[in-house]
Amino acid sequence: MASNLTKNIQGDKLSISFSGELTLYTIAALQKKIDSISFNEVNFVVLDLHKVLYLDTAAAILIVKLEEDYNIKSKKTTIICLNKKILSTLELVKMQRIITNLETKIDDTKDSSLENNFFHSFLLFMEFFGKLFFTQLYYLKSFAHIRFKEIAFELNESAIKALGIVALTSFLIGLVVAYQSAYQLKLYGANIFIVDILGISILRELAPLITAIVIAGRSGSAFTAQIGAMKITQELDAMKTMGFDPFVFLVMPRIIALMIAMPLLIFVADILGIFGGMIVSEIDLDISYELFLERFREVVDIKHFLIGIIKGPFFAFLIASIGIYRGLIVKNDTQSIGLNTTKSVVESIFAVIVCDALFSIALTNLGI
Amino acid sequence: MSIISVRDLHTQFDEKIVHKGLNLDINEGEIYGLLGPSGCGKTTLLREMVILQEYSRGNITILDKSLNHISQVHAQSLRREWGVLFQAGALFSSLSIAENIALPLVEYTDLSLSMINEIVKFKINLVGLKSADGLLYPSQISGGMKKKAGLARALAMDPKLLFLDEPTSGLDPISAREFDALILKLRDMLGLTVVMVSHDLRSIYDTLDRVAIIDEMKIIYEGTLSDVKTSSSDFVQTFFK
Repeated sequence: MASNLTKNIQGDKLSISFSGELTLYTIAALQKKIDSISFNEVNFVVLDLHKVLYLDTAAAILIVKLEEDYNIKSKKTTIICLNKKILSTLELVKMQRIITNLETKIDDTKDSSLENNFFHSFLLFMEFFGKLFFTQLYYLKSFAHIRFKEIAFELNESAIKALGIVALTSFLIGLVVAYQSAYQLKLYGANIFIVDILGISILRELAPLITAIVIAGRSGSAFTAQIGAMKITQELDAMKTMGFDPFVFLVMPRIIALMIAMPLLIFVADILGIFGGMIVSEIDLDISYELFLERFREVVDIKHFLIGIIKGPFFAFLIASIGIYRGLIVKNDTQSIGLNTTKSVVESIFAVIVCDALFSIALTNLGI
Repeated sequence: MSIISVRDLHTQFDEKIVHKGLNLDINEGEIYGLLGPSGCGKTTLLREMVILQEYSRGNITILDKSLNHISQVHAQSLRREWGVLFQAGALFSSLSIAENIALPLVEYTDLSLSMINEIVKFKINLVGLKSADGLLYPSQISGGMKKKAGLARALAMDPKLLFLDEPTSGLDPISAREFDALILKLRDMLGLTVVMVSHDLRSIYDTLDRVAIIDEMKIIYEGTLSDVKTSSSDFVQTFFK
């Protein structure tokens, strides 16, 4: 793939003769050599392609461009070549350049679409909610509309398969909270109050929150990715044309399943969280399991447990609807899936925490 | 001169046998068609030729390099010698059309940016798109434009070999004929060797020099189209009726 060029100046005539194979890989070096030639005293330029064995289109573009450039600088330029193949390649490039230049230049000013506008995305989300409630009414109209099979499938996916990780996380959280509290309580000799602290904090706040965060990371992102991929492969369009409303078949089953799953998961998280605390109490504070449970029954009201459980469906609704909404607005490219999955997790965790804060304020003001 | 030769090729996925002893030769400067009923393994054969998929037994030789136990270096250099057009274009969705075409040029050559832009503009026009289309992203263009853009990307490096997987499917008849004319023109001008899988009868008659027809795991016919009716296979009799 060797190529070379020699220049030869006679009076006001410059001839550049190329040799070898002119290809993509070799012309960068040639161009540098040509750029270094000074043309000040030259009126005639000859581009000699006699010894060129092969010329690809990239090299042809280079030659044609040289000719154009020199002509602009009002130097008479001629290309010498006898090889028919090379000539036809040059001819092709010239033709295309003429067509290109004739093309009317369209300025590519980006239209200031509402795409990234906050207001617009808020409207889109509201539209999603509208459809969601519409579908809910459809569900309420007849039991037969409810897709029990899909709901059961999603329950398995987002509840039963999540049991392990939720249980482990809440167990560790119970352990950590108890361990840190124990250290402080020992200073005051108020060991027994560990039960109050754990009972209220885990049942009321920590178990629901931890469960919601794990589920947002697990199921929320899965919803976005699944539905986003279905949108890209036009599966959603196919469903619509066949008369299967995606809201009935995909959206509602996921939301309902998660709303059923979440309280159950929170219940498991409660048990494991308290159990973690009990172990630490036994080891660190010499509070036996019997004593712990007796005290637990005395001081921890049932309302704390119920509040924690009640939050479940609300959190689940937020996580599922944000995850699915993000999946539905995926655009027709692969990057969009990644972006929307990230956003769905971040937004649903944020929404869960805001919702929890609202619960906290409302319930405290109600004196519950 | 034979540029691709396939010898006694066997392909098997688990229990399913796809190819049972294929033999074919593709000569330089030829437009060669792989034909056959759906699911006969045309695309599989194409994928095996471009080292996307492994075959079970036999040998494929491309540009004097055998694909059996091919080294990474040789495979890499082969990959620069060919361009592949996938059925749906397979453009990189995060890059604009122009960036898609420029990508191999930027990665593999040390050309200046202005030169790359010139080449990209040329290739875009060559395949019948407008320069302004280069700024669009794959999600913003139609299926036909994606095909053309895919072809422009396949041609970016001035390959010797061009693999086309159903190039005219999904195109309107006018675009399809233009596409055929373009392939013929490119072959004549750039001395390309083209291997294509096609179902488009017009395109088959207009462009192909020679064909291989695969049916029931074997090649039932290889040669020019004028003699194709001598084959007694059901597929040939129905298809070329």
